Amino acid sequence: MIDIMDNKPRRRPFTIAVASGKGGTGKTTLALAMALSLANSGEAVALLDADVEAPNAHLFLKTEPGQALEATLSVPQINETRCTGCGKCREACAFNAIVMICGKPLVFGELCHGCGGCRLVCPESAIEEVPRTTGWLESAETNGLSFMRGRLKVGEAKSPPLIRTLLKNAPQRDWIIIDSPPGTSCPVIAAVRRADFVLLVTEPTPFGLNDLKLAVGMVRAVGLPFGVIVNRAGLGDREVQAWCRKENIPIMMEIPFSRDIARTYAGGGTLLDADPDKMKVFVELALSLAGRGA
Amino acid sequence: MPKIAITVTAEGWNAPVDERFGRAAGFALVELGEGKRSISFIPNSQNRQAAQGAGTQSAETVANAGVEVLLTGHVGPKAFRALKAAGIAIYTGISGDAENALRDYEAGKLIKSTDADVESHW
Repeated sequence: MIDIMDNKPRRRPFTIAVASGKGGTGKTTLALAMALSLANSGEAVALLDADVEAPNAHLFLKTEPGQALEATLSVPQINETRCTGCGKCREACAFNAIVMICGKPLVFGELCHGCGGCRLVCPESAIEEVPRTTGWLESAETNGLSFMRGRLKVGEAKSPPLIRTLLKNAPQRDWIIIDSPPGTSCPVIAAVRRADFVLLVTEPTPFGLNDLKLAVGMVRAVGLPFGVIVNRAGLGDREVQAWCRKENIPIMMEIPFSRDIARTYAGGGTLLDADPDKMKVFVELALSLAGRGA
Repeated sequence: MPKIAITVTAEGWNAPVDERFGRAAGFALVELGEGKRSISFIPNSQNRQAAQGAGTQSAETVANAGVEVLLTGHVGPKAFRALKAAGIAIYTGISGDAENALRDYEAGKLIKSTDADVESHW
């Protein structure tokens, strides 16, 4: 279970989410580098792997996290002796998880988002909630930081409830670094929406720019402060930098396209293993984002 | 005689069968009587737009129409469960137009499904 005694925050956690529209831009690499840099400089850090469909940050931490919590969603169960077949639950459901067949509600738990609306509107109190497992939270204390990841149950269609459970149960450290899933839809929004700052990672290619524009649209729609990190700088062109300048988007950092970094990564090493001098840069960036003095 | 629903892409006897159930363009509702038959059309536009649960909603639509027999292309697991709860006999794998599908059914050429024949969102 989650250790509560050890989780007294010294100050309100500052949360940085690392996200990108495109997959494979370096979200995990940068989230790890940020978390490890802060941990190495003596800060209390929690790293959350919110890429719950394919969590892999633990590979770089050389750890296999143990189970902390089974994540469930409350789905309705109809008490048939109480149900009068009025159909109010079906009308309340925005997700088509309840249909009325021959005057009786039929529940499809796999379509349910767990909002509880059906239970609220039922005039007969005929709806009970039963837990449905959507995944697991797994954690480890390693490399001087508190690591926690969500792991989605294979076959589960919806990841946002698990991501929200992960954020809710995150170890309360001074810094919370979130490795987000790729894309711009519900899972990413679930991962970034409570962040104090979003770092959007991209690569300087036409694909990187295209997906960066989508990701910027997403964080602007949610209304979160954000900046860009250009990974593999020098690989393609300068269009990402030009676009960011035009849009007044700050570029927080550029990581060069380097054979050395790629080789270290391919061997399971982190960005800091390849370039230990970057540690200082990440700490300074985090402190400036949080408005905390060095 | 049972009320029959056929998933179709348009109205009328010559309408091509829509292979999809949940997101079918509509349902041809066929009623057979002594020496006569009638056909009407139930559009499925609302369920076609559904983000999820189109199959279960379509099952509700045909159940509410009093359908006892469904002729379609494919049925997924959730729709199958809902149709079964409504006691609707399901015949899948049909093709051609509505007329053709009905003739094959009447001739006993179609095989009754006992399980979903495709995964969700096939």
